[in-house]
Amino acid sequence: MKKKIVKLDINNHVYEVLVSATDLLVDVIRKQIGLTGTKKGCGQGDCGACTVLVDGEAQLSCLMLAIACEGKKITTIEGIANQETGELHPLQQAFLDHGAVQCGFCTPGMVLSSKALVDNNPTPTEEEIKHALEGNLCRCTGYVLILEAVESYVDSLAKGEV
Amino acid sequence: MTKLYEVSNKYNNYKEYTREFTEVGRNIPRLDGPAKVTGKVQYTDDLVLPRMVYGKILRSPHAHANIKSIDYSEALKLDGVLGVITGEDCPIAYGIVPHNANEHALAVGKVRNWGEGVAAVAAIDEATAEKALELIKVEYEVLEAIVDPREAVKRDDLRIHEDHPNNIAYEGVQVYGDPDKALAESDYVIEKEFYSSYVTHAFIEPQAAIADFDPNTGKLHLYATCQVPHYTHQQLAKVLEMPMNKIRITVPLIGGGFGGKGVASQADFCSALLSRKIGRPVKITYERSDVFATNNGRHPCYMKFKMGFDKNGKITAVDFNNLMDGGAYSGWGIVVLFYTASMVHIPYAVPNVKFDGKRIFTNKPTCGAQRGLGGVQPRFAMEQLLDEAAEHFGMTPYEIKKLNAVESGYTAKSMMYVPHSEYKKCLDEVVEKSEYMNKIGKLPYGKGIGLSGGYYISGTSYTLYLSYKPHTVATIKIDDENGVTLYCGATDIGQGVDTVMAQMAAETLGVKTEDVKVVPRDTQISTFDLGTFASRLTFATGWAIRQAAEKVNAELFPVAASMLRCRGDEIAVKDGYFYSIYERHGRHGKKGKEVAWAEVVDVYMQSNGPLSCSGQFTPPRRKGIQQGGNIGHSPTFGFSAQVAEVDVDLDTGKINVVKITEAGDCGQPINPMSVEGQVHGSIQMGLGQALYEEMQIAPDGRFLNPSLHDYKMPTIRDMPKVDANIVEAYDPSAPYGGKESGEGPIQPTIPAIFSAVYDAIGVRFTEMPLTPEKVLNAIKAQKASK
Repeated sequence: MKKKIVKLDINNHVYEVLVSATDLLVDVIRKQIGLTGTKKGCGQGDCGACTVLVDGEAQLSCLMLAIACEGKKITTIEGIANQETGELHPLQQAFLDHGAVQCGFCTPGMVLSSKALVDNNPTPTEEEIKHALEGNLCRCTGYVLILEAVESYVDSLAKGEV
Repeated sequence: MTKLYEVSNKYNNYKEYTREFTEVGRNIPRLDGPAKVTGKVQYTDDLVLPRMVYGKILRSPHAHANIKSIDYSEALKLDGVLGVITGEDCPIAYGIVPHNANEHALAVGKVRNWGEGVAAVAAIDEATAEKALELIKVEYEVLEAIVDPREAVKRDDLRIHEDHPNNIAYEGVQVYGDPDKALAESDYVIEKEFYSSYVTHAFIEPQAAIADFDPNTGKLHLYATCQVPHYTHQQLAKVLEMPMNKIRITVPLIGGGFGGKGVASQADFCSALLSRKIGRPVKITYERSDVFATNNGRHPCYMKFKMGFDKNGKITAVDFNNLMDGGAYSGWGIVVLFYTASMVHIPYAVPNVKFDGKRIFTNKPTCGAQRGLGGVQPRFAMEQLLDEAAEHFGMTPYEIKKLNAVESGYTAKSMMYVPHSEYKKCLDEVVEKSEYMNKIGKLPYGKGIGLSGGYYISGTSYTLYLSYKPHTVATIKIDDENGVTLYCGATDIGQGVDTVMAQMAAETLGVKTEDVKVVPRDTQISTFDLGTFASRLTFATGWAIRQAAEKVNAELFPVAASMLRCRGDEIAVKDGYFYSIYERHGRHGKKGKEVAWAEVVDVYMQSNGPLSCSGQFTPPRRKGIQQGGNIGHSPTFGFSAQVAEVDVDLDTGKINVVKITEAGDCGQPINPMSVEGQVHGSIQMGLGQALYEEMQIAPDGRFLNPSLHDYKMPTIRDMPKVDANIVEAYDPSAPYGGKESGEGPIQPTIPAIFSAVYDAIGVRFTEMPLTPEKVLNAIKAQKASK
């Protein structure tokens, strides 16, 4: 299949990659660019493990064509922590503090879906958090501590602590 | 079964240890957490090796068919294809239970379930490998498929495995006491049938394997998603006809297992065979449909129960007939069959037991081990039967469960021994926290509350092959370059054992958990461990670690004593300091007799070099007295109880689980935060099986929902409020007092929900899952009969 060079802005760095018209964003991010924090759990848009932010919105990278993402700002889990100091994003810290991480395979997607929500709506209700995360499957945690983690981050945002 | 061995339970002569801990019992976020939240950590599919190529497996579209021929000549001609293998390349059968081994990496002569692998391709990239699969021509002679075990057992004319008449994979009878007599003399006997459904683990990370065979040295290095690297190691050696010492297995990190990765995956064998054939590393990563095709999930069971009671409501006997659907191959089958048998003996005292069980082959993806294996099915039935009996005796379910509950020191008729139990405390705690007694039978129609209990083994007493060797080994290395390094092959599948092991080592060594480095999951580097199953790790590795750490202390204490100028038996270690137990605190703000841990290590190193000590653990063998009677025996047991509250939508039949209150006896929790996570996860999996999870197979054996879109599992929106509690407990037979918490908490969830539905609408359901359709039909029938 004919391939084309596209420029993908990922975590504020522009990568030039050679892709075919059918190459999925998740595969390009994982295999060509080597950012393996983005996970692939089902390849069919059902589990949410491959969630990335595209122009600030949570998107399933297994359902997006890489070629269609030129000119968009993509953020993966590797782009969430402070790029200079390496300090965790407070949302990541909240996941750790609340025991919301077990096997960790769904975690990048969970963190990114939560971040997209809170960036757009800093005071979400419990119902809104559930709505934002219902596309992210987790089999280990039972979700309870994930919800608590996001709620605690929302609280500390409201109090101006983070 | 003849008497094979008797070994004394040496470790049971446990000494009374201190119960004051500094590291054990601490809520420590898992040590690998930061790497997980930043995406830094690598799972198998994240790894790339130089010259690596990709493999894909061709799967059968038929559930039952003879393979007449496979022609892959066209595939080999495709540019970029490097090699193809079929069943001819792997004629030796393997299996997790060696004397029942009948699986092949790729089908040999016949396929027995939809999705069974028939050929595998290695190619330069995945797209080429997929194209090559399309070019492989397989000629099948399609056979009639049987998917219902009740039919399969009658069909000797249609054998799925030629050497298994009536498609019986294995059968067994156990009789303890005189159940027939006891039932005849019982004051009340209840008889009922139950069905538990066909569900799977649905871990989020699909299996992957990278095999790197080096033709120059003849060595194979396999990177695998595997809960049981040791057993995979053995089986690879067998199938590839290589000595174990030429094979190394590394498990990078596992994205959930729940038992599903408790067998060698066919990707492990296929990648290894392909790599050996082409001399390059081969990676095979499963698609989600591959995961479903190689299922290994929970056995559906058709269960017939007879349960007798005396006039006071005490259980007199249980007669349990279990017809298990095993799917196409043996897998963990025998073990699960006899676990269902053993699960009848606890958490209630049952003086007479009869078990008659059969595991049947059907043309479905094979069933195996899934969280709480063998326990979930009979627990679902027995808890509800107890509730019905309670009604007969004018008691609440709480009262009858407490009346029959086992206590510390109980020995079942099957010789299963319970060194410690706080099950009654669990029942008390959930009843109090949920206000169960104020609600049961008193809520308005459509709302209900249900109570159930459960337990699970905490370690298993036997290896799957006869062997006296220790079940786990831990080595602690101390030096002044790396501090404390703990080597143990225990496999963290997400439950957090790496952190818990560090905590236990730190506790005895007197250092901080965060300063312990754990080297796990590599058969070449880390020490031997049987694997992650039977909730055995905390218990087994805990003893091994404790022993290793005590040996380290025995070396360091005299050095510290000489530095502090006191006697060796006056020394203790804690918080990074060795100190004299009599003179720790100096007067007037001055330091007493204490010296930093690192200084002692430094002095030790100067004269002795690095220090390394090993510990090991072999569980007691309390041999059962009957066929399969050794299964279910465990060093100790964890217990739990749950109360579920439900709200039934009377117009749609949909059940909304509003709240689950849980109380668990896991002994001394090593890391309470991790225990809480295990409980929540158990509840989620139980809730899914209770209400909607089900793998659906068409009558011709086609799999109807092999995707996470159609296999419905709980999302964040489906989870109820959970109040998880840990009851105060300390198991003296356990290292640091801590025992199982990963599988016990799933046992009560399903029956608690079913009992709550009974309380809500007065209908006792006996089949999973409890779909809106079933509930609505029952409500309609109820209205019509009024």
